[in-house]
This record gives sequence, structure tokens and C-alpha cells, in this order.
Amino acid sequence: MHEMSVALAVVDQVAEAAARAGSVTAVRSVRLQVGELAGVVPDALAFSFELACAGTLLEGAELVTEAVPGRARCAPCAHEWATGMPPRLTCPVCDGTRTELLAGRELQILDVHWDDGRRQSPSPTHATAREPIPEER
Amino acid sequence: MCRVVDLRQAVLAKNDAGAHELRAHLAARGTVVVNLLSSPGSGKTALLERELLCARERSVPVAALTADLATENDAARLARSGVPVKQVLTDGLCHLESGMLAGHLEGWLPDDTRLLFVENVGNLVCPASYDLGETLRVTLASVTEGEDKPLKYPTAFGLAHLVVVTKTDIADAVEFDEAAFRANVEQVNPGVEVVLTSARRGQGVGVLLDRAMAAADGAPVHSPVMARQPHHHGHTHTHTHADDGHTHAHPEATGAMAHTHS
Repeated sequence: MHEMSVALAVVDQVAEAAARAGSVTAVRSVRLQVGELAGVVPDALAFSFELACAGTLLEGAELVTEAVPGRARCAPCAHEWATGMPPRLTCPVCDGTRTELLAGRELQILDVHWDDGRRQSPSPTHATAREPIPEER
Repeated sequence: MCRVVDLRQAVLAKNDAGAHELRAHLAARGTVVVNLLSSPGSGKTALLERELLCARERSVPVAALTADLATENDAARLARSGVPVKQVLTDGLCHLESGMLAGHLEGWLPDDTRLLFVENVGNLVCPASYDLGETLRVTLASVTEGEDKPLKYPTAFGLAHLVVVTKTDIADAVEFDEAAFRANVEQVNPGVEVVLTSARRGQGVGVLLDRAMAAADGAPVHSPVMARQPHHHGHTHTHTHADDGHTHAHPEATGAMAHTHS
């Protein structure tokens, strides 16, 4: 059950990014990409995430996980297939072993939804942009 | 205001960066790490005892670090070989991480060490996700564990550079189907070598040391399909825009890459 370590790593990285950005007051949600072959159980991760967030800027934040199915391709015959679980990584058409995993090992933070004290984008090019509408999920 | 900020960071980026650094640091001093993964009771300590003895006979400077939740039993067994051994107690943690390993090596690992065997916590799930800076990752399974073990733990077997079967002396008694086991390994890790061993009878003893020495001498190691994921997300650009009322900021991605074993 290394989901707790994974959850702590997510919380640490989001907290660091928030500290770098400055003036973040609360984190509402974190979107995570979890590949079918990443070796992480989303339910266990959600449970761990709630605990890992306690007492941090992320307290109460929602974890949104996006599953990525495993896909592989055979180099010699170019056939592409869903690896399934357990994964089949030899080619189901030509039985070839020179194959490539196209997707399924992802374990990455996509984006974060947070509140900050600033009223608009700090970029001067957007100084005349209209007042942003708070985005709700 | 509420913002959506793109991070695009690999969750295990810190561990992977630490592993990369440790691998480079150890390579500079001539040390190569062998990471041993298996279930509890697979016989990895028994095999490692034999391999360490073998290394001593061949005058290869080796050391071993063994991780368990509790007890120093494994270190006591491995120390009988006479090589430097360290026991790491994880206090319940199910796996080692690269930063932990680096900390344990500091001030302990003898300078002339050629091979460092790391006996990971007995667990086929969690340790599989953590690169420890190893050059050779070995996943072991005993003949008693069932031929479908590689399918049940695809990440552990799928990311291995070498698969070792242990306790072959009792293979007949437990009706171990070698062909079925090999087919299952091939399904999750095409092309990986499978070595049969019996620490008790001596079958295959020394092969692990041979493969580790070859890797240390720069021979190419097997490249698992599962570890060869194309790096389609590794961008480091920074930009902001404020369309539709929310802001997307791309802070510098810090190593947003899948980990690789080279």
C-alpha cells in the first residue's frame, strides 16, 4: 500500500507549486492521471489523499483521477491493441516481442484548481482582460 | 480568484530524480546497484547468501543492504558471508525510496564496492514503482508461488531486467510448470531472461553475480517494454493566458517524465 507515499508526494508537489505561485489561499481540487499499469489503486489513493491533505493548504481538496488505459503497438507489424490487465505486451497478431507501450504507465499531476488572493492575471498583457469569472467545477 | 494551474508533474518525480542522482554518483565511484524484488518467503535471502559467498570467492568487492519491516535476522544471515551488510528497518513502510537508500549508504558503503545488492522489502506491489538508482532490477519468485505470479504482479515482473526462479529443488513436489511460468513472464516482459536457481542444491548459483558483473562492466541490460514508454510529456514551457475568465499557468515542469531504466 504505497498509495500513502504517492498521496504525500502529490500533496508536497502541489504545496510547493502553491508556495512558488504565492498568495494561494486554498486548493479546491487536484487532477491526476493514473495509468492502468501504474500500479496504483485509485480508491486507496483517494482515501490516502484525504489523510495526506489534513492540516495543509490542500485540506478538503478533491482528488479527480483520470484513468488511462494501457495501449501497446507492435514495431514489425504496426498492430495496436489495448493491453488489458494483466497486460499483454507481446503482439496478439504476429506474436512479436518487439513492442512498445504507448500509454498506461502515467502517474502524473495534470492540473490544480486553487484560490488565490490576486484579482486577475499578473501578466501585463492581460491587464485589460475582463474580470475573470470564478470557475466552478 | 480561482485558477486552474497546469502542473504536468510526474508524481514520483522526486524519487526518480533522486534515483538518477544516486545512480550517477555511484557510477562515478564504480559502484552498481542490484535491486532485488520478491514476495516474502521467496528465498531471496538464501540465494543472496550464496551469491555473496560466490563474490567473495571471486574477489569481487560486494556489499548488501537488506530492508525489512522489523528484525535484523536477514542481515545476520547475510553477514555470515563476510561481506559488509547493513540492515534497514522501515518501521512498517512497504518499500524503499531512493532518498532513503542514499541516506543509508552515506558513511557506510565501503569505497571500493563494485556491486551493492539491495534486498528490497518483501512485497511485489509497492517496491515496483520506486527506482532506487539500480542498474539491474531482479524480480524473484519461488516455484511454490504459482505460475501465474507474473500476471498477478505485472509491474514487478514487467519492469524487471532479469527474472529469477528460486527453490527449483522442490519444483517436482509442487508440480511447478516451468513452461507456463515462462509464458506468463513473456506476456508482461517480452525478451527478459529467466534464470532457474536452487540455493540449496546450487543450481544457477553465480548466474545473478555474472549478470550483475556484466551490467557493471557496461554490457547492455534488457530493456523492458513497460519501462520503454515514449516520453510524450516532458515540456518545460511557461505561459499564461486568461481566456474565459480563468488563468492557466504552466510553472516550470520539474522532470515530468516517466522513469526509465537504462
